Amino acid sequence: MSFWKIAWRNMQQRALASSLTGLSMALGVALMILVIVIHEVTVEQFESDAQGYHLIVGGSKGGDLQLVMTTVFHLGKPMYPIPYSYYQKFTEGEFAQYTEAAIPYCLGDSYHQGGYQFRVVATSPDLFEKISYGVDEEGNDRRYEFRLGRNFESNHFFEAVVGSVVAKKTGLKVGDSFQPTHGMSSRGDKHVGFEVVGILAPTGTSNDRAMFINLEGFYLLENHALLPEENIENETTHVDHEDIDPNDPNRGHLPLPEAQREVTSILVLCKQEYGTEAMVLDNAINKGKDRTAQAVAPAAVVGRLLDGIIGPVRLVLLVLTILIVVVAGISILVSIYNSMSERSQDIAVMRALGASRSAVMGIILVESILLSLLGGIAGVLLGHAVLGLASPYVEAQAGITLRFWQFNWQEMLLIPGLVGFASLVGFLPALTAYRTDVGRTLGGGR
Amino acid sequence: MLLLENVCKSYREPNGDPLPILDIERLEINAGEQVVLRGRSGCGKTTLLNCIAGLTTVDGGRIEINGHDIVRLPEVTRDRFRALHLGIVFQTFNLLPAFTALENVLLGMTFTGQKPDAGRAEHLLDEIGLGHRLSHKPAALSVGEQQRVAVARALVNQPSLLLADEPTANVDAGHQQQIIDLLRGACEREKVAMLLVTHSPEVAAQFDRVEQLEDVNRAARVA
Repeated sequence: MSFWKIAWRNMQQRALASSLTGLSMALGVALMILVIVIHEVTVEQFESDAQGYHLIVGGSKGGDLQLVMTTVFHLGKPMYPIPYSYYQKFTEGEFAQYTEAAIPYCLGDSYHQGGYQFRVVATSPDLFEKISYGVDEEGNDRRYEFRLGRNFESNHFFEAVVGSVVAKKTGLKVGDSFQPTHGMSSRGDKHVGFEVVGILAPTGTSNDRAMFINLEGFYLLENHALLPEENIENETTHVDHEDIDPNDPNRGHLPLPEAQREVTSILVLCKQEYGTEAMVLDNAINKGKDRTAQAVAPAAVVGRLLDGIIGPVRLVLLVLTILIVVVAGISILVSIYNSMSERSQDIAVMRALGASRSAVMGIILVESILLSLLGGIAGVLLGHAVLGLASPYVEAQAGITLRFWQFNWQEMLLIPGLVGFASLVGFLPALTAYRTDVGRTLGGGR
Repeated sequence: MLLLENVCKSYREPNGDPLPILDIERLEINAGEQVVLRGRSGCGKTTLLNCIAGLTTVDGGRIEINGHDIVRLPEVTRDRFRALHLGIVFQTFNLLPAFTALENVLLGMTFTGQKPDAGRAEHLLDEIGLGHRLSHKPAALSVGEQQRVAVARALVNQPSLLLADEPTANVDAGHQQQIIDLLRGACEREKVAMLLVTHSPEVAAQFDRVEQLEDVNRAARVA
């Protein structure tokens, strides 16, 4: 009979105590798994969300972190907008020579359904055509794809595309329409409807939980246009009702005059001819005379966020979970050690049957290792089960995609780590077994 | 087969003075011989068995089993020697409660350094009428059945010598005879010598050779 079987039988004999100590180990390991995997997924997601373009340009009132959080991650209060003319610097002005693509963002609307809130991003179709979202394992750019339908057209003002999570949570299909709410509160005024013409394939980025509407349509919504200045010729944005063509996708509207437009931020993909375009643009925007806007490199901001906040938080959580595992290990020690007096007879019998001191010590160590390993394996499964169960909620709330089978290489260290740790905590009771006085225990005091 | 010469053993009194326990000038048991050891309670009978089994170290003398002086053997070798050449039946049976009847017998083979022979363990249990109780744990066995499992465990490695420490002390008169018959029969079948400690004159009367352990100058000697 192997030591493993002997140890297993001993554990079975004390099933309740063994289960409870194993459970405490499982909980500790599960927490550790959650911290490791969630951190890895979060970092990966943050980094991939911030890829595909070089700069984000936004209003100068507010920090760079706020600009990145609102533009990239659709979190927090949108910043004050910048004039449309500033955006035009990238399309036809002084910055155009450095710019491959400039994607305008207008933020401030939202959509509420079933307890979920999704950000509505007004933008141009170029977002899905000229910008990628990170790179795949082979280093190729990941391009946006449509699971259903198509991209919205720039001259169809009231068309929209929704992210994969939005489609899943809201049940919106191609052909359906939805009404964005003005502002972030569900009690805000409802705008006119936008027709869903496309559903994005999952990207694993925060764009999965965003809704993208045509910027032209956004400008035409109530309270989205600046008041016309008196010296500007009063251009009309709509035609008389009786003149509306029923087949007109724009419902008789004309584009909003540029003077009445603003943008919240701009995603800028720089040209790569000299490799310095992004730096030149960054300097021109941040150090030039015109301080209307600021430019931030999202990757750098995300890197700072990860290093400055998420990294230390992860470290603290990891230390806490390690402490929990240590406490669980000590509970194994206490459990086995407390049982040693009642098991001294069994140990003495094994010694009488020919077991050496090292053998009985080994059996106790194996028991400690078995408890830790089984608790650890249960903890790994529990941790991943929690990941799988929490996935829909986390995905909807934070846009982070978690999967049951998401493994981290650091988890592989858990097994040898637990074996070493179990040997350590099992040493004291094992030593007690080693020192058992067989003669006295079996009643040979005299 | 078993030879004890000038074996002495003492413990320490609380004040540090030596407390002599055993002083055996000579005791010899031949192969296959069955010997009863008697003596008053606390005179050192169990200590003597523990010394023969190598579970308790002696202060001096020679304990030879099959020509090997176990006193001179290193502890690890002595443990292995015990597993291979000695069988022990305890007063309280000492079956391990976590293991089934078969596993308790197999446990006797675990520490020999050889592959446990489950077939032999099953055969032994079957031979003593426990073939249908292999997977039962001690708590589910009667007192008599537990003692039979203990006997099977002691004999499973075909030892040269069986040490039985008052195996009938905790059973009624009916079971007492069954156990003695079982031990004697099994030892005869397996050609195993036996040294049996007992208080019972009825049990002792059934054996051809009875050795008496007596106190001489506080230490027990074979009379």
